[in-house]
Amino acid sequence: MSAREEILTRLRAAVTHIPPVEVPRDYRRGGDASVDLLIDRLVDYRARVRRSTRAEVGAAVAACLADASAVVVPGELPALWMSGYGGVVLREPLDVEQLDGAAAVVTGCRVAIAATGTIILDGGAGQGRRALTLVPDHHVCVVDAAQIVAGLPEAVALLDPRRPQTWISGPSATSDIELQRVEGVHGPRRLDVIIVD
Amino acid sequence: MNPLASGVPFPRAAKVALGDPQLRTNLRRATHTIRDRRAHAVGELPDWEALRTTAAAIKDDVLRRLPELLERFEERATAAGATVHWARDAAEACEIVSRIVRGTGETSAVKVKSMATQEIGLNEALERDGIAAFETDLAELIVQLAHDTPSHILVPAIHYNRAEIRDIFVREMPADADLTDDPAALAEAARSHLRRRFLSAKVGISGANFAIADTGTLVVVESEGNGRMCLTLPDTLVSVVGIEKILPTFADLEVFMQVLPRSSTGERMNPYTSTWTGVTPGDGPSDVHVVLLDNGRSTTLADEVGRQTLRCIRCSACLNVCPVYERAGGHAYGSVYPGPIGAILSPQLTGIGENASLPFASTLCGACYDVCPVKINIPEVLVHLRDQAPHSPAERAAMSVAAWLMRSPKRFAAAERLAQLGTGPLAAALGRRTVSRLPWPGSKWTDARDAPLPAAESFRDWWKHRDQTAGPQGHTHPVEETP
Repeated sequence: MSAREEILTRLRAAVTHIPPVEVPRDYRRGGDASVDLLIDRLVDYRARVRRSTRAEVGAAVAACLADASAVVVPGELPALWMSGYGGVVLREPLDVEQLDGAAAVVTGCRVAIAATGTIILDGGAGQGRRALTLVPDHHVCVVDAAQIVAGLPEAVALLDPRRPQTWISGPSATSDIELQRVEGVHGPRRLDVIIVD
Repeated sequence: MNPLASGVPFPRAAKVALGDPQLRTNLRRATHTIRDRRAHAVGELPDWEALRTTAAAIKDDVLRRLPELLERFEERATAAGATVHWARDAAEACEIVSRIVRGTGETSAVKVKSMATQEIGLNEALERDGIAAFETDLAELIVQLAHDTPSHILVPAIHYNRAEIRDIFVREMPADADLTDDPAALAEAARSHLRRRFLSAKVGISGANFAIADTGTLVVVESEGNGRMCLTLPDTLVSVVGIEKILPTFADLEVFMQVLPRSSTGERMNPYTSTWTGVTPGDGPSDVHVVLLDNGRSTTLADEVGRQTLRCIRCSACLNVCPVYERAGGHAYGSVYPGPIGAILSPQLTGIGENASLPFASTLCGACYDVCPVKINIPEVLVHLRDQAPHSPAERAAMSVAAWLMRSPKRFAAAERLAQLGTGPLAAALGRRTVSRLPWPGSKWTDARDAPLPAAESFRDWWKHRDQTAGPQGHTHPVEETP
């Protein structure tokens, strides 16, 4: 018998007498989806937050990138976002060495969760493949206020499971040494979030 | 050595840890920090209990439908371009992973922190086959560099303080001799140490926190970005996944991604969560494997009381509130799964014979049950396992006598009186009602704690005479006279 058959046979025998299970779902849905709550959560994770009008996004992005000489930009990023930046713009195809040489990356996102300060990328327009927001040391993420939802249930409902996702809550961090949180390990050490409304 | 059973009984292993004041200081500080953080994060959610109830029910439903859900996961993951393997036990899982890595022609792999790979002893097995597996999680790296074993599910290096970690880095990395013990500097040293390895890695090895049956999706929850590095940069990715990690639908993450981060690190959300479904052209590994691991889980599932253990999502909240773990530390349990969850999971995965002392490594205080995000009644399972554990003939004889005495009120009262008569003079001589040293077999008790002497008056005697002695607390209820 193959391992697969043997395991499934054992499992079928083990579950024969387990009665059906009712799954109650009485937890909260909806709630506060405000810009203010999202900002509070982001700041708590040591992300830097700016607010901007739609017309001034270019200036806000440029301000975040003041010290960046070369910036990675994924496909289909709105041209307006990079309109104020004067340095080198790197576009795909890029190998890992080129990504490592870039100072920063600018992306949009799929959805942002106010309750937890979480920004979710799914590789859609203006987000790029997963490595783009991982290797450069500084991630600038533009969030439209219309993309903010209250909590996990609202966010998960919008997501397509087949797309590879990265859920981001602040810069990379560790609490492995004496449980003291330190921001900045292997992922980006800086996260700038620009909220546009 | 079996990663799930060291062969050293818990009491003997715990003695070593209890004699190390530095270890106890480190553990006390760390567990109290994290338990307070968890309480704060959980207290923020008014619907916490509803989330726990749902999480537990989803997992119970998964366990009931496990065969069909695993087949569905396999079908969907395969359709998305992954190769799904099945492993009956640790040896088979290691062989599968080793064969995949050898097939790439590579002699090294980078690893995401994973309990399942610890459980099967994967690093050692790969090493025997000439493959170097590099841990990339900061704490796993510390433990690996120190040639030590993890002592906690979430923070494997919880038993070290910053100065000890600094010394390990300087000795093993090699880091600069002027490296300070500031956690930020230590994290930076780990970053530099691993950077080139990440950027050139061809093979990644991971576990998974969740496997979604409906879509064939895997989910990894992490903090540092080392997970993202291993999951996205290599060409080949192998994930070892315990068969109980299944969730029915992607939407179920709305529950588990609320309870897991808050229970484990005490954060509203962990910094990074990655999800992937098979192969995505142009994004991440092009050769994706999933190894579904049984290794004692199907046996655990067959046990009516014990099967709730398989709800576990490895958050480690139970370790952080356990008075025994706090004092004995993780190594005393002799398994990669320490603490309360380890005391019930390890003996069920290995069979009680190999971990007979673990179900007794608990005071049954129930703090673990209170914090468990999937409501595993750990004390109930502990008692259930104690019943199955081997007991010495002397203990069985003593218990039979006690049972015989307690079956009859007359016999019990007589035994009580005998005990009072026998110990009355002793209490008078000692001037207190506890004894700190008893002759064998009582010495087994008094080695670690004082034994109380029987009270001068038994409850039953007091109850009989309470009318005469009724003080302000001793009022009695009038009994209805029947005409």
